[in-house]
Amino acid sequence: MPKRSDIHSVLVLGSGPIQIGQACEFDYSGTQALKALREEGIRTILLNSNPASIMTDPARADRTYIEPLTLAVLEKILEVEKPDAVLPTVGGQTALNLAMEAHKSGLFARLGVQLIGAQPDAIERGEDREVFKKLMDELGLETCRGGFAHSLEEARELLKVTGFPAIIRPSFTLGGSGGGIAYNVEEFETIVLRGLDLSPTRQLLIEESILGWKEFELEVVRDLDDNVEVICSIENIDPMGVHTGDSITVAPALTLTDPEYQRMREAAKAIMRGVGVETGGSNVQFALNPEDARIIVIEMNPRVSRSSALASKATGFPIAWVATKLALGYRLWELPNAITQKTKAAFEPVLDYVVVKIPRFTFEKFPTAQAVLGTQMKSVGEVMAIGRSFQESLQKAVRSLEEGHPGLAGALEGKLDLSRLREHLLIPGPQRLFWLYHALKAGHTVEELHRLTKVTTWFLREIEEIVILEGRLRGFSVDRLPEELLEKAKRAGFSDGQIATFCGGSDFEVKKRRHALGIHPVYKRVDTCAGEFVAETPYLYGTWEYGDASEAAPSDRPKAIVLGSGPNRIGQGVEFDCCCVQAVEAIRASGVEAILINCNPETVSTDFDTSDRLYFEPLTHEHVKSVIRREGANGKLLGVFAQFGGQTPLKLAGRLDAEGVTLLGTPMQAINDAEDRERFGQVLQKLAIPVAKWGMASSLEQARTIAHDIHYPVMVRPSFVLGGRGMAVVFDDEGLEKYLREAAAVNEDQPVLLDRYLDGAQELDVDLVCDGHRVAIAGVMAHIEEAGVHSGDSFGVFPPLGVEASVLETVKAQSRQLALEIGVRGLMNLQWAVKDGVPYCLEANPRASRTVPFISKATGQDWAGIAARIGLGQTLDEQHVQDGVALAVAVKGVVFPFAKFPGVDPVLGPEMKSTGEVMGIGDTFGEAYAKALVAAGIPLPLSGTVFISVNDADKGKLKELAGKLTSMGFGLCATEGTARHLETVGYKVRRIFKVNEGRPHAVDLLKNGEIQWVINTPLGRDAFFDEGAIRRESLRLKIPCLTNMNAALAACEAVDTLRSSLTVRALQSL
Amino acid sequence: MRAHLILKDGTIFRGRAPLGFGGGGEAVFTTAMAGYQEILTDPSFAGQMVTMTFPEQGIYGIHADLNEAVKPWATALLCRRLNSQPDHVLSEGELGGWLKKHRIPVFTELDTRALTQHLRDQGSQPGIIWTEGDGSLEAGVAKAKALPDMSGQALCAEVSCRDRYEIVKEGAAYRVAVLDGGIKQSILDQLSAAGLHLEVFPWDTPATELLASRFHGVFLSNGPGDPGALPGMQAEVGRLIGQRPIFGICLGHQLLGHAFGGTTFKLKFGHRGANQPVQDLETGRIEITAQNHGFAVDEQSLPPEIMVTHRHLSDDTVEGLRHRTLPIFSLQHHPEASPGPHDARSAFGKFLKLLQEHKQ
Repeated sequence: MPKRSDIHSVLVLGSGPIQIGQACEFDYSGTQALKALREEGIRTILLNSNPASIMTDPARADRTYIEPLTLAVLEKILEVEKPDAVLPTVGGQTALNLAMEAHKSGLFARLGVQLIGAQPDAIERGEDREVFKKLMDELGLETCRGGFAHSLEEARELLKVTGFPAIIRPSFTLGGSGGGIAYNVEEFETIVLRGLDLSPTRQLLIEESILGWKEFELEVVRDLDDNVEVICSIENIDPMGVHTGDSITVAPALTLTDPEYQRMREAAKAIMRGVGVETGGSNVQFALNPEDARIIVIEMNPRVSRSSALASKATGFPIAWVATKLALGYRLWELPNAITQKTKAAFEPVLDYVVVKIPRFTFEKFPTAQAVLGTQMKSVGEVMAIGRSFQESLQKAVRSLEEGHPGLAGALEGKLDLSRLREHLLIPGPQRLFWLYHALKAGHTVEELHRLTKVTTWFLREIEEIVILEGRLRGFSVDRLPEELLEKAKRAGFSDGQIATFCGGSDFEVKKRRHALGIHPVYKRVDTCAGEFVAETPYLYGTWEYGDASEAAPSDRPKAIVLGSGPNRIGQGVEFDCCCVQAVEAIRASGVEAILINCNPETVSTDFDTSDRLYFEPLTHEHVKSVIRREGANGKLLGVFAQFGGQTPLKLAGRLDAEGVTLLGTPMQAINDAEDRERFGQVLQKLAIPVAKWGMASSLEQARTIAHDIHYPVMVRPSFVLGGRGMAVVFDDEGLEKYLREAAAVNEDQPVLLDRYLDGAQELDVDLVCDGHRVAIAGVMAHIEEAGVHSGDSFGVFPPLGVEASVLETVKAQSRQLALEIGVRGLMNLQWAVKDGVPYCLEANPRASRTVPFISKATGQDWAGIAARIGLGQTLDEQHVQDGVALAVAVKGVVFPFAKFPGVDPVLGPEMKSTGEVMGIGDTFGEAYAKALVAAGIPLPLSGTVFISVNDADKGKLKELAGKLTSMGFGLCATEGTARHLETVGYKVRRIFKVNEGRPHAVDLLKNGEIQWVINTPLGRDAFFDEGAIRRESLRLKIPCLTNMNAALAACEAVDTLRSSLTVRALQSL
Repeated sequence: MRAHLILKDGTIFRGRAPLGFGGGGEAVFTTAMAGYQEILTDPSFAGQMVTMTFPEQGIYGIHADLNEAVKPWATALLCRRLNSQPDHVLSEGELGGWLKKHRIPVFTELDTRALTQHLRDQGSQPGIIWTEGDGSLEAGVAKAKALPDMSGQALCAEVSCRDRYEIVKEGAAYRVAVLDGGIKQSILDQLSAAGLHLEVFPWDTPATELLASRFHGVFLSNGPGDPGALPGMQAEVGRLIGQRPIFGICLGHQLLGHAFGGTTFKLKFGHRGANQPVQDLETGRIEITAQNHGFAVDEQSLPPEIMVTHRHLSDDTVEGLRHRTLPIFSLQHHPEASPGPHDARSAFGKFLKLLQEHKQ
C-alpha cells in the first residue's frame, strides 16, 4: 500500500530551545522528518522557536516559523497555512504536549487538521501513567507495585503499599523533571509537593523501589499494517535508579540471553499494539531483576526520543526518517534500507560492534547543586563511541567527553580521595565510572563493587581487565613494548597518549613504535546488517584488527575535513553543529567532498547522509590524525576546517598545524593572535582600539597588584575559556583570593586574566566573515542585559536597537580592521562593551560563534557556508556577499536549567548557565522581545502586582520603570530601600518585609499569589540569602523574575505588545 | 595459541586458537547477536564452522535450558572475542570450557567482519583452523584447498536420533510422526506446547512407518547438509503426500520441495540470523524470523499445485510453501526461533488447526 493520497501539506512541531531532557536529538529528528516529507513532494511547515537548530534553516521547509510553541501561535499558523496534517512525534515532549493541548481545545477538529504519527488516544495511553499501568495489567505485563496520587494525602496512602525507598515521578514532565527517590518521610513529602507542582496534571506515580535492577530499552517502529520491528536494544550500565538519560549505556543489550531478550521484544510488540501507536518510532523501557530474571515494564514514549537518536546512530537505521514515511502511510517493506539501498527497511538491524554512550554533565556550573544522579535527568549532552569490543568503545567514549581524560585508564589519576570511595559508589554521581576504575585499581574486588553499586558484574570485570592491562603496560618502556601487548592495548581502546603515560615517553614515540610494528587502525562501516549486504554509505568508525580490511576506501576527489563540536555542554551546543552542517553542505555544493568527524549521537552532523563520509570518532589528536592519514592516502585532501565546531577543533588546530596539516580558512598564526591575550593585546594596541585595562597574573601577589592598578570590580578568568568557565566578577581582595584558590585548582598551568569590569556598559556581539581582503559584517547584536552577564546568557536584539549610530559605525570599522590585521579567513566573533560612548573590545574568537545560526536566520544568509567557501578559496566578491541586513527585529532569548538543580540560586553572571536559546521575530522590539520571553517560558503577566527590589546602581532607572509599569496598570510593592526611593520620585508603593525582617515577607506574598512579577537586581553579598530565597521561590512558582534593569525596561515594552495579539511570520516571507 | 583460518580459496585470516587445537568445516556466518549456545548446538550447523558477526561472545555463559541438542554440532566457533568470565544468575559454565569439553575449536581475535564480507562476496566455503603446531602455512593452504564442498553432502545420518522415541502429551487429541533429520529441541518443545503427542523417528524411516494409522499428521524437521543429496528421504517424503497433513521446517521444507517435483539450489552465503524479514504473501504482513539455511527451493521448478506463501524480502527467495488442495505447508525459516524473534510462532498453531480440519 503506497502512501496516503489525502495529505499534501504537513506541519511539523519542533521541540523548542535546548533543555536538559530535550536537547538537539530533536534537531536530528525534525530535520529527518522534513527531509522525508519533502521527498514526497509534500509542502512542509515547521514551527520551532529554536534558531540554533539546523531544522529552522529556511532551506529545510517550505514555511519556517520561528515562533513560540504555544497554542495561540499554532492556531494562527494553522489558520494561515491550512496544512492537511500535523506531525507531533518528532519534537519531543514539547511537541506532544502542544499537540495534546490543541487536540483538547478542539483546534484540530475545528480546522479539519489531522494528527499523523500518533493519535491523541494513543498518546494518552502511552503518556498517562495511570492509563498505561491499567493497560499493562490488561496485557498481562508486569509493572511495579504502586499507584497514582493527586494530593499529599493520596501519596501517603500509597506509601503504605510501596514502603521505602519509594520512587516518585510526576506525569507529563520533561526528562523526568521533578521526580525523586525518597528514603524517609521528610524526603517523601518534599518530593511529592514539588512533583505535584511540576506536573501539568498534578499527578504523581509512586512506586516500590526497583533500585539496582538491570535497565533496558527497546526502540520500536510500527507501520499501519501492524508490522512491528525492534531497531535497537540498549542496556544501561548504571542500574535502575539513575535516569536513563544520565546512565552510561551500551547497545546492543549485552548481558541478556536470547529468551530474556525475546520476552522483552514480545512485550514491546504487545505494548505498541495495546497503546495503539499507529506508526513510527517509540521506545519501551524494562527492568530485569538480576536475582530471578523477573522482567517488568517501566514506561513507553509514543514518539521519537533521545534514545531513538542514539539508536539511529548506533545502528545506521534512520528512525525519524522512517517514522515520518510510515506516518504518511508507507509500509516498512515499501521503504528502502538507506544504507544498503538494495534491501528494505523491513528488518531488524544487527550490529557487529559495540556502542557505548556516556552522558556529559556540567555540575561545575552549579557548585551549590549536589552532584548526585537520580530519576531526574541532569546531563546536558552525550557522546557515543563505536568499537569492536566493549572495552575499546568505553575508553573511546571517555575520551570523547572532552573532560581531559585520556581514556578510562589514567582518568582522574590521583585526583580522587579514595577514603570517600564507599559513598561515591553507593550514591551514583557523574564520576562513578572513574571511582569504579580507581577502586578496582586499589584492589577492591568486583564482587564488593557489585554489592555497593549493583552494576552488572560483567561490566565490572571488563573494567577490571582495563586495570590489569594498565598494570602490564607499566612494566615496559615504549621501545620495549611487546607487539602482542601493544595490540591488546589498542584493542582495549588505549590511546597512544595513555600508553605513553604508563610506559614513559610521548604519544609520538608510541605512534612511532606502533608504525614500526605495522599496527594501524582500520575503518569499518556501520551498515545495519553486520556485513551481510554491501553498504553503499560510508558511515565509518576506527578500530584495530589483524590485516588491513579497511572500508574507508577514500575517493580520488578533492576533499576537506570538517571537525565537529563534540558533546553538547553549556557553552557549546547545537548552534555549532548547525554551523558544521551548513559548512559541510557548502563544501559539497562547491564540488569538494566533505568529510566530517564527530562523536555526538544527538546531532544532524552525525547523520550518515549529511556529509560525503562520516567518521564517528573522538575529537582527539590521535583519532583525527589517523583519519587524515587514511583520507590523505587517496585523492587530494585540501585540509581541515577547525572553525565551525566551537572551541573543540580549535584546541586541536595547533598540533595539527605543527605536524604539517593544512588548516582551511583562518591560519594558526591568526588563531593565536586572537586567542592569546598578550598577542591580541598587541594587535589592539597597534590599531589603537580601546581595551578595558587588564593584566595577566600567574601568582596571587601579581593578581592583587594588577587588581589595584585597574581598580575593582575586576573580572577574573583563566585564559582559553569557553562559556565563561571559571569566570567571575570580584569586588575586593578577599573575593580575589577566594577565587584564585578555587580557579587555580581548575587550571594549574595557565595564568589568570584580570579585566576591569565595565559596570553598566552595553555589550555588543559582532559576527563577521573575512576573506583576507574584505570583511562582511554578518550582524551586530546588542545585549539586553548589561555587561557582566555572559553573552550566552543574555537576551540580545538584532539589529542593535538603542545603540547610537556613530558608536555602531566605530564598532563595525574597528571589527573590520581587527579581522584584516589578524588575518582571519572565515568567521570571527567579537565582543565589545560600550561605556560612556566608547566601545572597548573585550575578546575575539576566530571561529563560528553561538550567534551565527541566529544571525543567519535574521539576515537570511548562510554565514557558515560563506565562511566554508572562503576556506576553499572563494572571495567575498566572488560570492557577492555584503554586510548582513536584518530582515525584521529579532530577539535572542535563553533558557536555563535552574529547575533541574533544586536549591541553586538562579542569578546570572559571567559564567554561562543557559542550555538553549529561542528567537522572537517582530516588527518592533516589543513584539520580538515578548515572543522571545514567551518562547523561553517566561510568560509576562498582563496585569497584577510587581515586586521591585533593586540595587543602588539601578535606582537611577527606577522612575522610568515605575512610570511604565503604573501606566499599564500594574501595582507596585517593594522592600524598604526601593520603596523609599520610589516614593521620593512620586509613586505609590506597598511596603513589604524582606525575608529576615518579619512576616508576611516577600516569599509569603509570592506563595499567596499576591505577586505576579519580580524585578530584583542583585544587591550584593549582604542580601544574598534574602534575594536567593525570592528568586528560588519565583522559579518554583513560575513567576517571571528579571534580575537586570535593562531587561525589565524592555519587558515593559513586551507586555504592551502582548496585550494586543501577536502576529506570526515565516522566515521565507521576511 | 596463534593460529590462522585458511579458506579453500586460499584466503588467510590471522587470529588465535585459545583452546589449543584447530579443526575445520564449512565457514558460514550468522548475524544473530545473542544465542551462541542455541546456534552451536543446532544440528543444522553440523559440518559448519559458525562465524558470529557480533564481536563479544560468551557474556552470559552456558545454560542448562539453552541447548538445542545434547552437544554442540557446529565444528568450530569463529569470533572476535571470547569472554571467559561469564555473568548470569543461571550460568553453569563458560563458553570456552564447554566447547573444550566437547572438543570444538574456537578461533578468536578474528576480523569477523572481513571474513563475513569475504564469504558474502565469494560464497560460503570450507576452511580450516590451522594452529602454530599444525605445521607450515603452506601445508595448511594445501590442505584447505583439498577440502570438499558442502554441496552434495548428506549429513542427516550424523545428527538424527538412532531410535524411535516418544514425547508424551497427556490427553493430546493428536499424535504426530516426526521425521528427525537433525531436529532442534525447540521445535519439539513448540510442537508439544501446541498440544501434540510426538513420536520421533530416525531420518531414514520409511514412509510406511510414519503413516501408521495412529498418526494424524507428519512433521518434517530441519537438518544439516544439502537436501539434494538425500534422494532416499525425498522419495519417502513423496510417499507421504496426500496421506496425512504435513508440516515441514527448513530441511523438511526443502525435502517437500523436492517431493513436489521441484529442486533446491545453494545460496551464495545463505541466510543465517535472527533478523530476516519474511513477507506472508497472503496477508502482506512482515515477520522478522530466525533463519539458518544454505540452500533454497527453486521457485521456477515447482508444479502449479504448489503455492509460494512466504518470500524473503531481501532476495525474494521462497520462504514458505502450501499445497493448493492438500493439507501440506512448509516454512524455510524457523518459527521456533531459538535464537530469534517469535513473530512466526503461530505456524505451530496453524499445524494444529490443519490436523483438526483433516482429522481422519
